[in-house]
Amino acid sequence: MTTAVQPVAKQRLADVVFKTVSTTAGVLILIALAGVAIFLVAQAVPAIIGPLPGIDGGFFAWVWPLTFGTIWSAFLAMVMAVPVAVGIALFITHFAPRRLAQGLGYVVDLLAAIPSVIYGLWGITVLAPFMQPAYTWLTQNLGWLPLFAPPASGTGRTILTASIVLAVMVLPIITALCREIFLQTPRLNEEAALALGATRWEMIQMAVLPHGRSGIIASSILGLGRALGETMAVAMVLSSSGIISFALTAQQNPSTIAANIALRFPEAHGITVNMLIGSGLVLFAITLLVNGISRWIIARTTVKGGR
Amino acid sequence: MSKRIETNDLDVYYGDFKAVEGVTIDIEPRSVTAFIGPSGCGKSTVLRTLNRMHEVISGAWVDGEVLLDGANLYAPGVDPVNVRRQIGMVFQRPNPFPTMSIRENVLAGVLLNNRRMSRSDQDDLVERSLRGANLWNEVKDRLNLPGSGLSGGQQQRLCIARAIAVSPEVLLMDEPCSALDPISTLAIEDLIEELKQEYTIVIVTHNMQQASRVSDRTAFFNIAGTGKPGKLIEYDDTTTMFSTPKVQATEDYVSGRFG
Ligand SMILES: Nc1ncnc2c1ncn2[C@@H]1O[C@H](COP(=O)(O)OP(=O)(O)OP(=O)(O)O)[C@@H](O)[C@H]1O
Ligand SMILES: [Mg+2]
Repeated sequence: MTTAVQPVAKQRLADVVFKTVSTTAGVLILIALAGVAIFLVAQAVPAIIGPLPGIDGGFFAWVWPLTFGTIWSAFLAMVMAVPVAVGIALFITHFAPRRLAQGLGYVVDLLAAIPSVIYGLWGITVLAPFMQPAYTWLTQNLGWLPLFAPPASGTGRTILTASIVLAVMVLPIITALCREIFLQTPRLNEEAALALGATRWEMIQMAVLPHGRSGIIASSILGLGRALGETMAVAMVLSSSGIISFALTAQQNPSTIAANIALRFPEAHGITVNMLIGSGLVLFAITLLVNGISRWIIARTTVKGGR
Repeated sequence: MSKRIETNDLDVYYGDFKAVEGVTIDIEPRSVTAFIGPSGCGKSTVLRTLNRMHEVISGAWVDGEVLLDGANLYAPGVDPVNVRRQIGMVFQRPNPFPTMSIRENVLAGVLLNNRRMSRSDQDDLVERSLRGANLWNEVKDRLNLPGSGLSGGQQQRLCIARAIAVSPEVLLMDEPCSALDPISTLAIEDLIEELKQEYTIVIVTHNMQQASRVSDRTAFFNIAGTGKPGKLIEYDDTTTMFSTPKVQATEDYVSGRFG
């Protein structure tokens, strides 16, 4: 009986090199991620279990207002940014004349290139003073709504101002992705709608938005990730006192995890460092959770044969 | 329902490029007219000018008249959206809306005009349109499943159902069978035969047998060479066109000696 010999595939040098490089890169990412997670957990444990001097209720009572502020400001930013971004992307892809569309797309991309410190400066020096009179008006006339509970901020550096800055910052990400997705709408589906006598807006509802639905969600989540983690701009703009409040225009505002770390870390020592790192761990967990949820939503809304 | 469609000295352009020149044609109501001719001679282009789908392409424009029962579709002030509600179109590749169910696909056009239609009227219309497209028996148990789950031939009939659900005056079809197998093709040809009782139908086809089977009148288009505009060479009763055409080029083309 002859023993069958499995033929040895000829190894090409380029393939070997490429495989090694790509495998190494993949493994490095995993190691880095695990390293960060281990660091966060190890450093956070003393704050989570140990007694915290001068703080009632322990670590979670301390971190909860920050978590609230983080989620609330990011949520407000998304409420403002997503409709505008989708609108701009639709305008660029389906309404604007080609020249204007190119120019506008370029401007939106430029927004993404501005460093967040600049956004922070703009928020403090331009946006906050500009919005302040509006805040006063809102608290005077709509003060019975919890959102506009008095007293109004005298500086305009409220959570709403910070969220507007965040919205402007995440706008280019969402717009750019939505634009790409809307451009990929099958021409056949668009023509099907138009041939039925759809107006352009009806065509968008029938063909473009259904096609882009999961893409809109995915890009919004990417934007949300940025809004949750944004540090510098919020740290500069927001005048925070660490309370929990839904009021948008008040003197007292919640802070966010990232901004709080940036502001407090320089003077932190001892257990305070562990507390701050613990809050970083919470932020990390929120981001992971958001990503998980988005994957789940995308998987559910992607229609079979629909893309 | 069902109106006469005429064109008068129609020139069609893509930007600076003149794709079709001097088309004058008179299409009777309740008849089937076939457009035949070699690839690139402008059949689709002319067809799309008949319901102003042409101008969806950027830079495309038209010189001349298209008359629907005497009213010029290109007169100033005419809304192309209204034109397309009266003149339906079926495309070369089936294009049901992928995120909509079979039922929603059929209703898509109607609900644009009339959002308050009662549920029972909707059910009636869905059944009537699907029966009209010879699809009812195959899909009546799965009206709420996505249209993209059907076979190609079924999808094409769904698109026809969607087009006739809005009760158009004219139905334009651009090679509706070219992506289909012979059985589905026959199903659609039978359907065209029935639909012409109610609609004016214009169909583009590369299939000579199909043209001679389904159409009453045939229009032959041709081009002199690449870069030259396409022209309407001959237009006559289908039997005449296939037996004793007046122009030599037509005879060459229908007998397969060219193109
Ligand atoms: N979107 C477009 N932009 C520019 N030129 C076009 C466009 N569509 C078609 N043309 C040109 O117009 C001419 C006629 O094209 P058309 O598609 O009407 O031909 P056709 O007779 O339908 O051909 P086929 O049988 O291959 O479908 C061709 O020269 C083609 O290159
Ligand atoms: Mg064609």
